[in-house]
Amino acid sequence: MIISILVLEGPYNHEASDSAYNFIQAALAKGHAIRGIFFYDDGVYNVTRLMDPPQDDRHISRRWSELGATGIDMVVCIAAAKRRGITNEVLAPNIRISGLGQLASMIHESDRIVTFGD
Amino acid sequence: MLHTVNKSLFQNGALENCLRLARDGDAILLLEDGVYAAAAGTVKSSLIEQAVKRFAVYAIEADLKARGLGNLIKEVRVASYGDFVDLVEKYPVHAWL
Amino acid sequence: MAQKGKKVMVTVRKPPHGSIYVQESIEVMFIFATYEMDLSVVFLDDGVLALHPGQDTKELGIKGFMASLGALVDWEVTNVYADRQSLKDRGIAEDAIIAIGKDDDSGAPIHPRVLDAAEIAAMMAAQHSIVSF
Repeated sequence: MIISILVLEGPYNHEASDSAYNFIQAALAKGHAIRGIFFYDDGVYNVTRLMDPPQDDRHISRRWSELGATGIDMVVCIAAAKRRGITNEVLAPNIRISGLGQLASMIHESDRIVTFGD
Repeated sequence: MLHTVNKSLFQNGALENCLRLARDGDAILLLEDGVYAAAAGTVKSSLIEQAVKRFAVYAIEADLKARGLGNLIKEVRVASYGDFVDLVEKYPVHAWL
Repeated sequence: MAQKGKKVMVTVRKPPHGSIYVQESIEVMFIFATYEMDLSVVFLDDGVLALHPGQDTKELGIKGFMASLGALVDWEVTNVYADRQSLKDRGIAEDAIIAIGKDDDSGAPIHPRVLDAAEIAAMMAAQHSIVSF
């Protein structure tokens, strides 16, 4: 099965990012393909490389970045990102900024889309 | 369909909203703060006690453990994230955010 | 009109103005309408509050999205529905909900179609994908 993921909520503030990540890990472990992960609404805050959480906690943007390094398409909505000051300068590696059309493409090319948010 | 509910039923109507539109044979997955609905002996337990007669109801184990919930409504099925993936494979999803 | 392709639904269940969800969901609708998909939009639960007549965010100093919502049809977002029970629960008369566009020929306002829960549930079950806000 090919799955895409929509993340609508910011990191740490809400469990949505963690649920999405745990779901994705389980899907990959079962041999499913993740077509893409799309960050929207406050979800765009997931991908700033400026985040610097305590050493003994998870580093959410690094986790996304590592998933991106495996070839999963990690896309941040440009309109939502611009509103919130998320630019290419602060973006973690292996993540790109693009338009909502990318979410439409993910839906087209996936069997399922799963939304995580508040 | 698979319905996901991530809100505490003590302060949010998402579960009731979901139950109003869910159809016989659908599955309901409780996650995040949604798992409080799976607890037995609460003032709201009847919601899920009734729901299990029509729907397969699941609750994410990691969320239950995080919240110290062990005394669950008997028919609720404890689910791993892998089980969540299997449900997504079986059904299209609507998230009742 | 792009009415081919996969059946995709956007559900709006959050109230407007207190958060940005409704506004950003409208931006999704506008973009999705330009793609090859069979798009439907459903306002239910607190989402129907976005259809409340007389909304004006001027004094908040927020641009708001009432103009966008009133132009959904111009953007080819035409399959727009509202849940009857949600309207009733919130004291909104079905014939009072805002228009989402005008008919090209007659100029008559076009409103979201009000449906019963069973009709919406059946429509949801028929979708390939549902994106929810």
